[in-house]
Amino acid sequence: MAKNLFEKVWEAHAVRELPNGQTQLLIGTHLIHEVTSPQAFGMLREKGIPVKYPNRTFATVDHIVPTNEVQEPYSDPLAQAMIEELRKNCAETNVTFFDTNTGKQGIVHIVGPEQGITQPGTTIACGDSHTSTHGAFGAIAFGIGTSQVRDVLATQTMALNKLKVRRINVDGQLAPGVYAKDVILHIIRTLGVNGGTGYAYEYAGEVFDNFSMEERMTVCNMSIEGGARVGYVNPDETTFAYLEGRPYAPKGADWEVAVERWKGFASDPDCSYDDVVNIRAEDIGPTVTWGINPGQGVFIDERIPSVEEGATASERESIAEALEHMQFEGGTPIKGVEVDVAFLGSCTNGRLSDLEEVAKYLQGKKVNPRVKAICVPGSQVVAKIAMEKGLDKIFTEAGFEWRAAGCSMCLAMNPDKLVGDQLSASSSNRNFKGRQGSVTGRTLLMSPLMVAAAAVTGEVADAREVFGILEPAGA
Amino acid sequence: MPVKFLEFLNPQGLEPSNLEIAVMALEKITQVKGRGVAVTGDDIDTDRIIPARFMKCVTFDGLGEYVFFDVRNYEDGSQREHPLNEERFAGASILVSGNNFGCGSSREHAPQAIYRAGFRAVIAEGFAEIFFGNSTQLGMPCVTAAKADLEGLRSAIDADPDIEISIDLDAKQISYGDKAIACDIREGARSALVNGKWDPIQDLIDGADEVAGVVDNLAYMAGK
Ligand code: SF4
Repeated sequence: MAKNLFEKVWEAHAVRELPNGQTQLLIGTHLIHEVTSPQAFGMLREKGIPVKYPNRTFATVDHIVPTNEVQEPYSDPLAQAMIEELRKNCAETNVTFFDTNTGKQGIVHIVGPEQGITQPGTTIACGDSHTSTHGAFGAIAFGIGTSQVRDVLATQTMALNKLKVRRINVDGQLAPGVYAKDVILHIIRTLGVNGGTGYAYEYAGEVFDNFSMEERMTVCNMSIEGGARVGYVNPDETTFAYLEGRPYAPKGADWEVAVERWKGFASDPDCSYDDVVNIRAEDIGPTVTWGINPGQGVFIDERIPSVEEGATASERESIAEALEHMQFEGGTPIKGVEVDVAFLGSCTNGRLSDLEEVAKYLQGKKVNPRVKAICVPGSQVVAKIAMEKGLDKIFTEAGFEWRAAGCSMCLAMNPDKLVGDQLSASSSNRNFKGRQGSVTGRTLLMSPLMVAAAAVTGEVADAREVFGILEPAGA
Repeated sequence: MPVKFLEFLNPQGLEPSNLEIAVMALEKITQVKGRGVAVTGDDIDTDRIIPARFMKCVTFDGLGEYVFFDVRNYEDGSQREHPLNEERFAGASILVSGNNFGCGSSREHAPQAIYRAGFRAVIAEGFAEIFFGNSTQLGMPCVTAAKADLEGLRSAIDADPDIEISIDLDAKQISYGDKAIACDIREGARSALVNGKWDPIQDLIDGADEVAGVVDNLAYMAGK
């Protein structure tokens, strides 16, 4: 019987049905970081339970690491305590830790793929909701809570209910200046922030076939912002080419065998889905969020909605709440709104290709002096390659601060924070109230190049105009 | 089976008193009773439930204090107007909210903060997936109710904060005063709660032999 990837991977990892009706699912690859793992190790220690398969858990430190100081002890004693706790936990249990002195540290969702740990046909879990990122490789990757981190450490399994699968086809060609980030912001705007509850999203169609692995990761990363705990793309030659030669990828004769195996996990052409959604690439434009959830987005040439535009009472309520927090007036254009901060980084858009794309256009341009602009590579590996290519110079000459790897201003657990009601143009994934570290701080989500356009002009701007990106001939 | 479980649990030969914690039976949660408090609005996210800066900790202890911190307090430390700051709702153990409650991050800090603030159940129009699972695993039922029914419940709490609310997971019903409204909860979670199986760790450990069999069939588990 024809099956989709989700079903195939699920079946290969299902251990048994539990008394409560859930499935005990093997989690082949477990990634951990400093924020959601210490309590899990604590629970195991308290109960005297060992880590069952230490070679299948990999750790890194990302949320609390400062990006402007590398010397320990960090100025924040709490951050220092957390990194030390992770170090201790990994050492005691023989878990591999990509510590800050390994040259491999970085945001967990950048490190896994970069090291070749993330592979097709596998199950992956991490105590972090953006674990869906790893689905870009044709893996089933779940964000989990700390009690489940404990479960995986103790048993390499967890209790789960099977998800339904929605296939999202994006066919056609994206216009120049429209990026993977715009695709996912558009999907979330279309299907809603809880449209994906109970579903895994399978992203497919011409646009995904043509996407690089890094672009696929950007989309899968934000599945959770659309309510879907899992998002994936079927593995293909692009996937295999990315993985070949990476440190943890199979080597030699094992490589060929693995590629054949991986191909077999892709959804069968005539398999069925619980739901199918079709989107035209041509309908997607550069998107900017104007509100306080990632579904509140508009195209750059659209207006911020007014309260009356809400279809239901609760929608009107949430528009009103968003407008109040954002200090925006409904019905006014998003373009031209003055920004204070430009943040380039995060597990959504802190990869090499993101920085390269921006650097290509930023050369010779200057950041508006009113704007604080920071560029934070997602991992030490990204930082190193970027510096070898001279990208750091392009950024610093333009007026961006060039930082060390980490989550940085994506969330408020390190020194990078908004101050007061600053408005931030951000390549990250969440615009919740207070997300970037100030209760009254405001976040606009957009693609990396749109962040650069905002940095240069000091306001929300159309990157295609700012950087002279032309429609292709004949369009 | 219990013998195997104990051996597995106790590789370091812990004192029996410590072992008891591990094998203690879980409470069967069929009913949650208490006073309620409503935090209105849809899409209440985990950053709002527990701001990230309070997650700089290595235990969950003390998180209850910080639940909804930034919507309850001004930056200068003075209190905002918020139901959780109102004396009349003090001691409430059932939280009532809107749709897509708990969206955002997978941080268990969110349900932990709610639980440690004294709540034992959440009633809302809908829940985000990960929040729902995390809460269930803590033994804190998350039940959904229709929007109109929730309005009624909210007004009743507002009119009389001392009104006792009772959530019955067998009858899938919420009763308060002389009213009863229907509620729902995913069957897997419901049966886990009512059968005292909401924390699956023991069952997962018991499956160790079958797990080993699945591991042997997967080449990547051996790095291939
Ligand atoms: S970059 Fe942001 S979203 Fe990604 S893991 Fe770090 S804090 Fe979470």
